[in-house]
Amino acid sequence: MSEASTPKPPSYSTIFRDGLWDNNVAMGQMLGLCPLLAVTTSATNGLGMGIATLAVLLLTNTLVSIIRGIVTPQVRIPVFIVLIASVVTLVDMAINAWMHELYKVLGLFIALIVTNCAIFGRVEAFASKQPILPAMADAFAMGIGFTWVLVAIGAMREILGSGTLFAHASLLLGESFTWLEMTVIPDFSGILLSILPPGAFMALGFLIAIKRLIDRWAKARQERAAMAGLVTE
Amino acid sequence: MATVLNPTYRTRLGYQAALLGGMCYLMSMLLIGGNTATHELIDEHVLNDKLALLAQVMPASMYDNDPIADSQLITDSEHFKAPIEVLPARMGNEFAGVALNITVQGWGGPLNFIMAMDAGGEILGVRVITHKETPGLADKIELDKDDWITSFDGKSLANTSHIQWAVKKDNGEFDQFTGATITPRAVVSGVYRGLQFYQQWHQQQSTAQSTAVAKAEESGS
Repeated sequence: MSEASTPKPPSYSTIFRDGLWDNNVAMGQMLGLCPLLAVTTSATNGLGMGIATLAVLLLTNTLVSIIRGIVTPQVRIPVFIVLIASVVTLVDMAINAWMHELYKVLGLFIALIVTNCAIFGRVEAFASKQPILPAMADAFAMGIGFTWVLVAIGAMREILGSGTLFAHASLLLGESFTWLEMTVIPDFSGILLSILPPGAFMALGFLIAIKRLIDRWAKARQERAAMAGLVTE
Repeated sequence: MATVLNPTYRTRLGYQAALLGGMCYLMSMLLIGGNTATHELIDEHVLNDKLALLAQVMPASMYDNDPIADSQLITDSEHFKAPIEVLPARMGNEFAGVALNITVQGWGGPLNFIMAMDAGGEILGVRVITHKETPGLADKIELDKDDWITSFDGKSLANTSHIQWAVKKDNGEFDQFTGATITPRAVVSGVYRGLQFYQQWHQQQSTAQSTAVAKAEESGS
């Protein structure tokens, strides 16, 4: 039994740093790749999927943190799966009933969230061991981290594939966001590969490579600074 | 106060079973509650969407009956696996046209669309109602995203031959999308079969009507 003592919750700055960069859902943990690869054909789709995931993550992390005291390690996995599946279904029904206009745009993505193991990953790795507030902060950080990667990959694929950026954003966000829709390369027929599934793997690969390069560079700089500190002493 | 995190009763099989069972029960209750609270609203939205779509494919000035009230479900296994909803439009007693609510198999799942024909069998409009196609690739079948779906307007069995009823890749008349051929193929073939169904149905209707009229005349004389 690993739960002899509750680990001390990490500080909020660590939670956000992890979620947005260090342990980012898509680039660090490599989770949620199924919806990531499937929907990021445009930046708008990425944003829609990101928002829907964020909402579900926030709900499931909070609920699991509340019931973490009564769930035993032996049955935790089925309990969490039942909980996540039910929450996704309830969110789907609620948005369909009370926010029908939004559902017409986001509806397609909500069902896909069930295939996102990042939700289960956060519930299992974080919320089942932490108090409610850190769990909510973690959900928020991870959700935002996932959203920005989705938007970045969507934007890369959209620019290369169809020469536009945030096309149809006004359908998702409302008429006041029409300014977001732009044509980056006019009269561009697009590189088909970028829109097809392999394009998603390539875009994600490039993004991860860039992240690793930046991390390595930051680490080297840190080491140099430490060495310089030692020398001057 | 130090709380015991894992009291002994929790390691018992009974507790675990009760926990899992209780959780499933609670979640089922929540889902039933959620469904009861939302299904009427959702049905209403679906109906409203359908009315709005009907208005898009068939001008309201064309008919004075209530096509949704007069609709009937017809199973035609020759053309479609799922039953077709037929919404007849009449002006007075004159047959003005018909809207068909058809479900075919798309790439990602069932694809539901509505198409309207005037009395002569010419397409007034086609709109996709629900689909599960890939966002960003194949959702250009929605009018919001692309005007592809309007390429059916004015087409009929008379002015477009059997070979032309296909996507360009299959030597037909209609564009496919970059990266998505199966979806437009499914829609084109569904619309084509819809026209064929309409032709048969219309013939049946008119023969049924003329026999009814003949019978009425016979009994009248």
